[in-house]
Amino acid sequence: MKYLNIALVSLVALFAANAHADVTLLNVSYDPTRELYQEVNAAFARHWQATAREKVSIRASHGGSGRQARSVIDGLEADVVTLALAYDIDEIADRARLLPTDWQKRLPNNSSPYTSTIVFLVRKGNPKGVRDWDDLIKPGVSVITPNPKTSGGARWNYLAAWGYALRKYGNDEGRARNFVTALFHNVPVLDSGARGATTTFVERGQGDVLLAWENEAFLALKEFGSGKFEIVVPSVSILAEPPVAIVDRVVDKRGTRKVAQAYLDYLYSDEGQDIAGRNFYRPRSQKAAAKYAKQFPKLNLFTIEEVFGGWTKAQKTHFADGGVFDHIYQPGK
Amino acid sequence: MESQTLYRTGLTGEAIASELLALPATKATRSRATPTSETRVVQRVLIGAALAYFALLVLTPLIVVFYQALRKGLEFYMIALSDSDTLSAIRLTLIVAAVAVPLNLVFGVAAAWSISKFDFRGKSVLVSLIDLPFAVSPVIAGLIYVLIFGLQGWLGPWLAAHDIKVIFALPGLLLATIFVTVPFVARGLIPLMEAQGKAEEEAALVLGASGWQTFWRVTLPNIKWGIIYGVILCNARAMGEFGAVSVVSGHIRGATNTMPLQVEILYNEYNYVAAFAVASLLALLALVTLAVKTAVEWRSAQGAPQ
Repeated sequence: MKYLNIALVSLVALFAANAHADVTLLNVSYDPTRELYQEVNAAFARHWQATAREKVSIRASHGGSGRQARSVIDGLEADVVTLALAYDIDEIADRARLLPTDWQKRLPNNSSPYTSTIVFLVRKGNPKGVRDWDDLIKPGVSVITPNPKTSGGARWNYLAAWGYALRKYGNDEGRARNFVTALFHNVPVLDSGARGATTTFVERGQGDVLLAWENEAFLALKEFGSGKFEIVVPSVSILAEPPVAIVDRVVDKRGTRKVAQAYLDYLYSDEGQDIAGRNFYRPRSQKAAAKYAKQFPKLNLFTIEEVFGGWTKAQKTHFADGGVFDHIYQPGK
Repeated sequence: MESQTLYRTGLTGEAIASELLALPATKATRSRATPTSETRVVQRVLIGAALAYFALLVLTPLIVVFYQALRKGLEFYMIALSDSDTLSAIRLTLIVAAVAVPLNLVFGVAAAWSISKFDFRGKSVLVSLIDLPFAVSPVIAGLIYVLIFGLQGWLGPWLAAHDIKVIFALPGLLLATIFVTVPFVARGLIPLMEAQGKAEEEAALVLGASGWQTFWRVTLPNIKWGIIYGVILCNARAMGEFGAVSVVSGHIRGATNTMPLQVEILYNEYNYVAAFAVASLLALLALVTLAVKTAVEWRSAQGAPQ
């Protein structure tokens, strides 16, 4: 009887019209933020109902950061973009002129309401004894990371390794390049997005180390239990700042600027910061940062500005067609 | 009796092969089935090997899909399927198939009719065009529509100015699905209608029937099983297509995800039961398709004057 009821309700819902909402927003985001924005969207809808007396329904689209940016450039009508790195939003501003090029100055903290970093996920007991970046270039250690061409997380992974090597070899670019080349020799497969790489490592059991967003590594522990995996924190890593922005041309056309702005502001609010911390993103606000301080390991973080002179430069040197990555990664070798 | 059984086996075997190759079985190859001279042992070993192969490659994954979907019990299965985003994906898939299949039915019959019953200039070009979607990777098909209708594409700025959405919305999904399913009805009918020849139609015309009468009373009854066969395959592909729709979908939850895309999303969210539950619906569709297809083949073989 119970099954029949569920089946009947489903059938009705299948053919009934969508639930009515006064306003809809589309948030085009990157791979590992699914769980984060599920929670944010529900909380913001309650908040907006209470403050503006308007029913808002937020739709979400997730995928590799670069690919998502490409979709927005090709006309996917995102009211807000919440991507893995600033360069992908720069591309939307440059190629499609959907928002001004100085978009990153419009919100506090470089428009990044939360930060993260790159850590290692290894199998229980750390059988290959991975402690730091140096262990990743040892022969016989298989490293899983997604493709830097399509995945934002993968670009952070790559730059974190490069930054470590620069520090280790006294800013010798040639030796840093050799280090990253050796690392990618140990990469058997490149998935297109961070979540795909996590699935490859966790579910299909490939590789000894997963280079992952800190939040993605914590989520894998939560989903699969800490009995199967361990997080290894390297001595040095990169401060990843995933930025958010309003897409001006879209919100002005759809008349959603006010609610889109409120949505992004909500990410900086106490509730928004608390949700970020709960989903293993490092919150910016002192209050939430203090509350979740215990869950995040302390490590040396460098920024992309310090080491690479910003995203545009890093992208051009390393990830553009014919860039360094194209030279060092030769599949099958 | 013996030879009839062998003939039936030959037919089904070829039907499977033809489906795998996406090429229709023709009369010429059908008549090749003759009694074999191998001993019983050889026959059994060959049949056994073939069965084991298919069990391993086809049956096992199918069982795994249903096992994973029902692993946590029927209640979880039903709850997984009644999620609003999943229901919306099912609804979208049904809408896409409901538009794409009838369009391809009309186009396929019209194309097959003109190609097999008439001679005209450019006929071979038309045949090649119908085959094109089989030759082109579905991802390319999707990208073509992005290049045409995307904001940076040929028609994109005009469409945006008039607030018409094509890609990342229902029209784009329809276009991509229609593109990849174009050949199914036509490609199945052309050899059948060519083999039947024009004699019956010519007789009807000589006896004073109009063009429409000839079509409704002579051509259509001859090809009805071929049409049903094509529609079933066309429908299965329309509902199961992943590559082309993935490119034009935009992956908006509850809005532009079809069932295959929803399976990928659920899987990536560690929601394995739900992913396999949706996958099991697609697998059920495949099984129903197979059953109807076999019934149609059996029925058409019965009806075929041999």
